[in-house]
Amino acid sequence: MSKQINIIRSTTVPLNMENVDTDQIIPARFLKATSRDGFGKNLFRDWRYENDDESKPKKDFPLNNPIYKGKILVAAKNFGCGSSREHAAWAIKDAGFNVVVSSFFADIFKNNSLNNFLLPVTVSDDFLQKIFTAIEKDPQAELEVSLQDQYIKIISTGEKESFDINNYKKTCLLNGYDDIDYLLSMKEEINKFETEKTF
Amino acid sequence: MGQTLFEKIWDKHVVKTIDGGPAVFYIDTHFIHEVTSPQAFNGLNKRGIKVLRPQQVVATADHNVPTLNQHLPIKEELSRLQVDALKKNCAEHGIELYGLGHPYQGIVHVIGPELGITQPGMTIVCGDSHTSTHGAFGNIAFGIGTSEVEMVLATQCLMQSKPKLMRINIDGKLNDGVVSKDIVLYILAQITASGATGYAVEFAGSAIRSLSMEARMTICNMSIEMGARCGMIAPDTTTIDYIKGRKFAPQGEAWNEKLKFWKTLFSDADAVFDKEINIKAEDIEPMITYGTNPGMGIGVSGHVPALDEVEEKEKPSFEKSLAYMGLQPGVNIIGKKVDYVFIGSCTNSRIEDLRMVASFVKGKHKADDVEVWIVPGSKQVEKQAIEEGIDKIFAAAGFILRQPGCSACLGMNEDKIPAGKYCISTSNRNFEGRQGQNARTFLASPLTAALAAITGEVGDIREYYKSN
Ligand code: SF4
Repeated sequence: MSKQINIIRSTTVPLNMENVDTDQIIPARFLKATSRDGFGKNLFRDWRYENDDESKPKKDFPLNNPIYKGKILVAAKNFGCGSSREHAAWAIKDAGFNVVVSSFFADIFKNNSLNNFLLPVTVSDDFLQKIFTAIEKDPQAELEVSLQDQYIKIISTGEKESFDINNYKKTCLLNGYDDIDYLLSMKEEINKFETEKTF
Repeated sequence: MGQTLFEKIWDKHVVKTIDGGPAVFYIDTHFIHEVTSPQAFNGLNKRGIKVLRPQQVVATADHNVPTLNQHLPIKEELSRLQVDALKKNCAEHGIELYGLGHPYQGIVHVIGPELGITQPGMTIVCGDSHTSTHGAFGNIAFGIGTSEVEMVLATQCLMQSKPKLMRINIDGKLNDGVVSKDIVLYILAQITASGATGYAVEFAGSAIRSLSMEARMTICNMSIEMGARCGMIAPDTTTIDYIKGRKFAPQGEAWNEKLKFWKTLFSDADAVFDKEINIKAEDIEPMITYGTNPGMGIGVSGHVPALDEVEEKEKPSFEKSLAYMGLQPGVNIIGKKVDYVFIGSCTNSRIEDLRMVASFVKGKHKADDVEVWIVPGSKQVEKQAIEEGIDKIFAAAGFILRQPGCSACLGMNEDKIPAGKYCISTSNRNFEGRQGQNARTFLASPLTAALAAITGEVGDIREYYKSN
């Protein structure tokens, strides 16, 4: 898993559908693995193939369209709702994405993405529309996402919007740190908390 | 200024706040199951560390398990491997496992409360979004991803940002035939499947107070379907009476101590919420979903929205949903034929749910062309149902009481709804493919589902009561 994110400039895969839930991102029947790898090939499985048949890809599904590729997945509102399965973030990451853009992310999905160095970028509805329009005009349209400077830019039009990210998380992503490394370094404080707590 | 219930519990569990960042948040109880834990244990093994507080972790096998012939080895190889991995991991790390064959086995969100492990004022997590269920006891309980499962196993802590706070007040008296599942489906239809994203939600009001613990759990269970970080209900005598005497409930002096603490757990009169929503209980009717997210619900007597009732920008996803469901805009749901009835899941598989279904189907027989699956939430629920003769009522009605597990809620085991078939389900998600590839789900209460089992179609339980 590539850790550390800073500036990513890439073409995109557009997925203009609202309320994409984790059961769509990775259907439950693929959750039986005991390792974190290999989920990418089943990303959006049931939207990609007719009757689960890999020889029959659905042509109109963007992930099957060779014109779209890149490290940035552009999704519509309320992306990642549903289950807490981190497999959803693993699958997206494993399929080669480093950034997901949406105007609204479900909470747990957002956390899971951050924990896997997959950057969720929340933009305004307006800006999201602009991105989709740019991709419609030119499927090879590029976006630039800078984590350091917290902006996302449509290269062809130069339009730019800043995005929020919690400072702590930003530092983690810029440096490739895990929460778990940080928490492990807190051992003594956690012990102390446990001995002093009154509940 | 007063504090909310959430804030009172939150403050007690913050080990440290990072400037401009999240808090290091202490977790009291951690439930694990076979699907979202193996990678977390792999992570620990890679780091060469052990689970920090194994006695604060409780494990069960639920998602993958068969619901018939549980005494036989699991046929499906990958499912068996996951269940075996859980066994091995629990043994290595000294974690109590209520696995297959254990009298306490069951769906993780059913066994926690019934064993008295789930208590007010706690922080509870599990690698499962419906952990929100436990909030019915007045605690902070939420679902986490596998990296976070690893963090809690390793340190008993998580990095958490404080969510915004919402209160949903439901006041008044519920109509006949309306049960807690209808309340939560109604809230969802009002505020949508993302209406509470970023919030911790407290459910309050006289209609909530009047509910039993099991009914309250149904509501908190589905708070995640609104996008909420967690759902919660302040503890009261109903809560305390429910916990008292359960297997892991505090006893003697410890009980008295806890009671003192629990009695402080309510939102102060002058506490401020970021958002409040008021709902009249009288406005709620038996509900059903017609679409592919739980916010797409209507009163059973209503109709699927017509195209001109849908906002322009919602139309593409609305039409996609209806195409998946094989429904036309504007149609009535009443009279719609169903092929399967699933009564189960952590939303509605407790003893009260089974009693509700049994009291309705007693002396009746299922419709010929309907397949009915009734899956108890736990071994204990199963046992009690048998003791009360509920299994016999079901048998006489033409269906059997299966064995506990998640079952057709997410179709990870053999219990899948075939493509194109309609299932009326007491579970919590009607997502595309949730109950099986191309399966079509109507979410409803156990009563509405039981009615469909008998008549073979969606009906209005109120009309049924009137005419019988
Ligand atoms: S019953 Fe369904 S929702 Fe509940 S824990 Fe199992 S799979 Fe998740």
